[in-house]
Amino acid sequence: MKKLVIYLMAEPETPELARAAVDGGADIVELGFPFSDPLADGPVVRRAGERALARGMRTRQCLDVLAQTRALVDDTPIVPMTYASILEAYGWERFSEDAASAGATSMIIADLPAGERPESRRVQMVAPTSTDERIALAGAETDGWLYLVTLTGTTGARGELSPALAGLTERARRLVDVPLYAGFGISTPEHARAAAELADGVVVGSRAVQVAEEGPGALRDYVASLRAAI
Amino acid sequence: MTAFGTYGGRFVPETLIPALDELEQGWREALADDSFHAELHHLATTYAGRPTPLTLAERFAPGKRIYLKREDLMHTGAHKLNNALGQAVLARRLGKQRIVAETGAGQHGVATATVCARFGFECVVYMGEEDMRRQKPNVERMGLLGAEVRAVDFGTKTLKEATSEAIRDWITNVETTHYLIGSCVGPAPYPELVAELQSVIGREAREQLLAAEGRLPEAVVACVGGGSNAIGMFHGFLEDADVRLVGVEAAGAASLGTGRTGVLHGARSSILADEDGQITDAHSISAGLDYPGVGPEHAYLRDIGRAEYVGATDAEALAAFGELARTEGIIPALEPAHALARARELDAELILVCLSGRGDKDLAEVLAQS
Repeated sequence: MKKLVIYLMAEPETPELARAAVDGGADIVELGFPFSDPLADGPVVRRAGERALARGMRTRQCLDVLAQTRALVDDTPIVPMTYASILEAYGWERFSEDAASAGATSMIIADLPAGERPESRRVQMVAPTSTDERIALAGAETDGWLYLVTLTGTTGARGELSPALAGLTERARRLVDVPLYAGFGISTPEHARAAAELADGVVVGSRAVQVAEEGPGALRDYVASLRAAI
Repeated sequence: MTAFGTYGGRFVPETLIPALDELEQGWREALADDSFHAELHHLATTYAGRPTPLTLAERFAPGKRIYLKREDLMHTGAHKLNNALGQAVLARRLGKQRIVAETGAGQHGVATATVCARFGFECVVYMGEEDMRRQKPNVERMGLLGAEVRAVDFGTKTLKEATSEAIRDWITNVETTHYLIGSCVGPAPYPELVAELQSVIGREAREQLLAAEGRLPEAVVACVGGGSNAIGMFHGFLEDADVRLVGVEAAGAASLGTGRTGVLHGARSSILADEDGQITDAHSISAGLDYPGVGPEHAYLRDIGRAEYVGATDAEALAAFGELARTEGIIPALEPAHALARARELDAELILVCLSGRGDKDLAEVLAQS
C-alpha cells in the first residue's frame, strides 16, 4: 500500500490534529519546527511558522509537542522537519538525541543537502535539478526513505502535479534502493493519486496546514479523501 | 572545513546545489581565462569609471592623514557595480538570460538594474517595503533602468526578507536565472566570488597610497553590513601584517560584535540570532547595514585576529555624514559614514577609509532626522 505523509506545524493544538490525521489514514506525520527564515517554504508554511513563533514555539516547546503527539498516535512515525540554524543553536547531536527520546523517527533538514554532515542521519531530499550522482549520494545517505521534491520551487499548492516527477522517479528507481515519497505541490486527491502511481508515497504539507486551521474534524476528512485516492 | 575555517558552506535546499556547482565551475574557468579579465578591465575603465581616486581629507580630520577611496565616484554611485559587472559577465558565460537580486539601500539593486540594461538581461529586484520607503530615489532609478522591483511586505520588510525572497525566486527559476547576490554572503562560492570581484578596491588603493605617501597605511577602515566593500578593501592588505584592518558595523546590527555562530541565507557565519537559532531583527538608520548576517570571511578574519570589528551608532554616523559634507564637499552614503565616524578617533595617523558610496539616496532620511 502507498504511504501517506502529512505535514503539520508544531503548535499547542498539533497533538490532537496529528491524531485526527492518523485517524484519517496518515502513515507518517511530519512535524514542522518553525524557523524565522524558511528558504524552502512558500507563503502558507512560512505564515504558519511566523504564527507558531509568535506563540512561543521554540525548540524546547516543539520537543514537548512532539512528546505529546507521540503519546496520542500509537506507533505512527513522527519526523521533525526544520532548518540548520535550529540545530546549530541547540547542538546537532543533542537535537538528534532529544528528538529521539521525545519519540521522533529520523528528521528532515530542508537546508542541509546530501553530502553535508552525513553523521546527522536524516531523510534526504532530491529535486528535478539533482544530477544522477547526487541522487545516488542522497540515496546512500538517507534514513529510511527518500524525499522526492516534485518541482523546482518552494512548498505550496499548485494547479497541476509537476510533470518533472515522472522523470525524477524513473531516475531515482534506477539509482537507489529505498522507498520514494513525493512531495511539494500535492494538494488534491487527484494530485495524490497521480503521484502515487509513480512513487511509493506522497507528502502533503501546505494544504494540510490550511485545513488544520479548521480543526481536527476537517483535517481527518481531508486526509481520508487523500487516503481513498491512493 | 571550508575556505573560512568552519564558516561558509552551502546551507541551501538540494534544488540549488547543481546550480552552485555550475556557478563554481564557471567561475573557476572565468578566473583562468584572460579574456574574462580583459573584458572586466575594459568595462571598468570605459563604463564604470575605474580607477577611482584617493582623496586626502585634511579638513575632516586635522592632524591626521585620512585618505578616502572614492568608490562614491563609480558609475551608479557605489562600489556595488564592481560585483554586478563581474557577475553579469559570468551570467552571460553561463547562458543565463534572467537576473534576480536583493537590495537593501537600493545601491546593489541599481547596480544590478544597470548591468542588466547594459547586457540585455531581464531583471527582478526584491526589496523590503520599509527600505522602499527609506530609499525611494533608488526605487525610481531601478524602474527607469527597466528592472521590476518586487516589494517584500512580510517579516522585517528589509534586506533580510528581500534576500530570502530572492533565493526563493532562484529556487523556482534556477534553470534560466542567475542570482546576482550583492554582498560577500550566501552559499559557496558566492562569498569568495564577490570578494574577488571587489578586491579591485584594495589593489588600487594600496598602489595609490604607496604612490602618494611612499608607505602603507597604519589602518584601513571600512563599514560592514554584509561586508563586501570591506572585504574588497581588506583583500589588498591581508598580507601586510602591520596594517590594521578595522570593520565598522552599525551598533544595532553588529553581527560580528554581538552575534553568535549560526546559519542564515546559505552560510554558517556570525549572525544576530536568539539562543534557539531564530534570526533577530537588526536596527540601523542605514538600510545597507540593516542586516543580521555578515560574510563568513569576516567571521573568520575576526576569529584569527587579522581584522577587528567595532560599532558606530546612528547618531555618530549622522554626525560624520554632516561633517564630511561641510569640511570636504563630499556627501557620503550613511553606510561609509559609520566608517568615517570611527576612523577619525582611531589611534593612528595615516588611515585609509573606503568611501563606499555617495549620499544622494540618503538625503530624505537624514533631513527627516535633523
